[in-house]
Amino acid sequence: MLGYLLRRLLATIPVLVIVAVLVFLMLRLTPGDPAAIIAGDNATTQQIELIRNRLGLDQPILTQFGIWAGNLLQGNLGESFFFKKTIGELILGRIEPTLSLAFLTIVIAVSVAVPLGVLAAYRHGSWIDRIVMGFSVLGFSVPVFVIGYLLIYIFAISLGWFPVQGYQPLADGFGGFIQRLILPAITLSVIYIALIARMTRASVLEVLSEDYIRTARAKGQVERIILFRHALKNAAVPIVTVVGIGIALLIGGVVVTESVYAIPGLGRLTVDAVLARDYPTIQAVILLFSAVYVAINLAIDMAYMLFDPRIRY
Amino acid sequence: MNAEQPVLEITGLSISLPGGGDRKHAVEDVSFSVAPGEIVCVVGESGSGKSVTAFSVMGLLAKVLKPVAGSIRLEGEDLLSATPQRLRALRGDRMAMIFQEPMTALNPVLTIGDQIEEVLRIHTELGPEERRARVIDMMASMRLPDPERIHASYPHQISGGQRQRVMIAAALVLDPALLIADEPTTALDVTTQAQILKLIKELQGRRGTGVLFITHDFGVVAEIADRVVVMEQGRVVEQGPAEQVLKAPQHPYTRMLIAAVPSLKPALRQPMTGPMALETIGLGKTYRSGGLFQKQRSVVAASQVDIKLRRGETVGIVGESGSGKTTVARCVARLMPPSEGAILVPDIDIAMLPERRLRPYRRKIQVVFQDPFRSLNPRRTVGDSIIEGPVNFGLAPAQALERARGLMSLVGLQPQALDRYPHQFSGGQRQRIAIARALAMEPEILIADEAVSALDVSVQRQVLNLLADVQEKFNLAILFITHDLRVAAQICDRIVVMEKGVIVEQGPTGAVFSAPAHAYTKALIEAAPGKSFGL
Repeated sequence: MLGYLLRRLLATIPVLVIVAVLVFLMLRLTPGDPAAIIAGDNATTQQIELIRNRLGLDQPILTQFGIWAGNLLQGNLGESFFFKKTIGELILGRIEPTLSLAFLTIVIAVSVAVPLGVLAAYRHGSWIDRIVMGFSVLGFSVPVFVIGYLLIYIFAISLGWFPVQGYQPLADGFGGFIQRLILPAITLSVIYIALIARMTRASVLEVLSEDYIRTARAKGQVERIILFRHALKNAAVPIVTVVGIGIALLIGGVVVTESVYAIPGLGRLTVDAVLARDYPTIQAVILLFSAVYVAINLAIDMAYMLFDPRIRY
Repeated sequence: MNAEQPVLEITGLSISLPGGGDRKHAVEDVSFSVAPGEIVCVVGESGSGKSVTAFSVMGLLAKVLKPVAGSIRLEGEDLLSATPQRLRALRGDRMAMIFQEPMTALNPVLTIGDQIEEVLRIHTELGPEERRARVIDMMASMRLPDPERIHASYPHQISGGQRQRVMIAAALVLDPALLIADEPTTALDVTTQAQILKLIKELQGRRGTGVLFITHDFGVVAEIADRVVVMEQGRVVEQGPAEQVLKAPQHPYTRMLIAAVPSLKPALRQPMTGPMALETIGLGKTYRSGGLFQKQRSVVAASQVDIKLRRGETVGIVGESGSGKTTVARCVARLMPPSEGAILVPDIDIAMLPERRLRPYRRKIQVVFQDPFRSLNPRRTVGDSIIEGPVNFGLAPAQALERARGLMSLVGLQPQALDRYPHQFSGGQRQRIAIARALAMEPEILIADEAVSALDVSVQRQVLNLLADVQEKFNLAILFITHDLRVAAQICDRIVVMEKGVIVEQGPTGAVFSAPAHAYTKALIEAAPGKSFGL
């Protein structure tokens, strides 16, 4: 198994190299000049030229890539054109809100969706099943920003239970942290609840017709344990897959939510960096996202082994 | 023995079928009882209601099936009026059940020990140490090798026979009054079956357990039953002591069932002298896994297999699971490439031919598979399935359809039924369709891979007769793969016995059965159930 882990880790290297090259080239090919944006509307051509020279953007593309890649290999992500900080610091400052949001979202999604899905499978064909599945379709269909503004309207503006926007770091107290995070997390979780509940229902439903469920009943086991111990563990592999893909999509999807709720996370950083043509920051953030995707995929494969002893690498 | 109170007493039980079925009741007016220490076999073909009866005792009927009349008493207690809680308390404790498929009856993601201990966790207050000790003890009395290791193993790590022993251990660990066994040996090899039957008999005798044993196999009945209940179409048609039912069956259905059990005594057959249809020389198949980074692993599934098959002849390959018989069949049909050796049909070696050059020969070799429920595409009409092959080989669809109509009559089905879908046919009818599909290619060699194993005995006999008919009509060479010695004895001209990937013995059927040369062949014949009754 350790060998497998090592092989998988080695396999991520070419993935990250390809991502790095593509991002670098694509940014250089998109219109818009970082130097002109930094210099402002009233700058002269000489001033812009000066900035371009300082940022190294007057070098040939290959040289620029060489410098960036060289720094990268030494663990140096470079310096932001726009924020005047090293990118390491920049990301570190923005990572907490994003991770908190993603984590809370997935916790809410899994803890709501899995029991709902199991219940729907157990009572399939009943009104409970129909309600869960109806909610699922709704969750898929309504866009995130609609849910977001709807929740803000109901819970923040009408009821006044939660603040409309903003973020408070965990270090400043858990109450305020969670109070500000809960609406965005619920907003984001809706679609994942829909997705995971559906997958759980389908997967558990299939398992419930297996012979070993009948065996468990023949032993006199109660339904609750049959569902959550015998059935769910067997149904886990597809569910884990969806949850994993959910986390990956979630981290990509924070760009929108963080904008709606004005949360200073990686999503906002990405948007700001793109608007400012802040090449080094964009490159670093995208590289980070790809690394996370690869890591999540690996984690999913490892989780399979946890649930199914027949899967061994 | 019957002076005591019966463990199980079923009186006038009727269970309704939901509307739209072919009959109103799944079982109707069924009455019988099981005394302590007694083994009662309920025998019948599929659809006879024997399993429904068993599941109604456990309270595990599908929701659409409802008992509408009669009573079921376990040690005097009425089960039909018991609450779900009470039934749960009785299941696993006073009554226990083992099932047909040990492969699927155990939860694949929980350890063996955990699954046996579960019964103790549900029904007793024992602590973890005591539970473990008791389970290990129980496993040892099941003659499971190395109980400590198996306790920590998962189901996929042990053999089918061991899994069934585990199931029995879980069923008997609390000494229930009643054990219900639903075809517990049907999915096992004959030698394993013989061991499991012996084990059940020994354990229930020692513990005084009453056993309700569901089976379709009169051979098994002869081995194990004290009393026999014969069911047909949901009704009990005959019951009585095993001796009496087996030796002097009263009801025509019972007589038909007993007569349909193929005899172990082979019919006298003339040696075949027709032209050679197929010859394998040194055929072998080794499965390899692993790759660039992984350790290479290889499993020899078959090696040095030499078989000769003439036109008009039936050669049987018999053996247990893992013997390599199916591997040989698949290689001969070139459903997979062999690793070594030659397959002559009869003038060209197709063993290593690339697909493009192999194609013309594919027509000559056709296969009928074991499971007629899965070998026909459920979304295509049987007509489409039958004509697909000939059309692929260039026959005009209209002509192919004409041929399909003729074949349907030949296999005993209505030609109009070509427009129907597989689920509209019974298992036996589907197997006829599968034979028609194979014959549509006008093959010279037919491979029957356990083609009658999933069928009821009466249907099995019909399909075997059909195979004999078409063999004569088309001068077919048939390679008959089976685990069932009785069937092999009846239809094969020559027998090839395989064990662990190699041929241990081959010869004319009569010679192999009357004077088996190899120890394994002897063990196989010895293990065939029901021999003592002359079945």
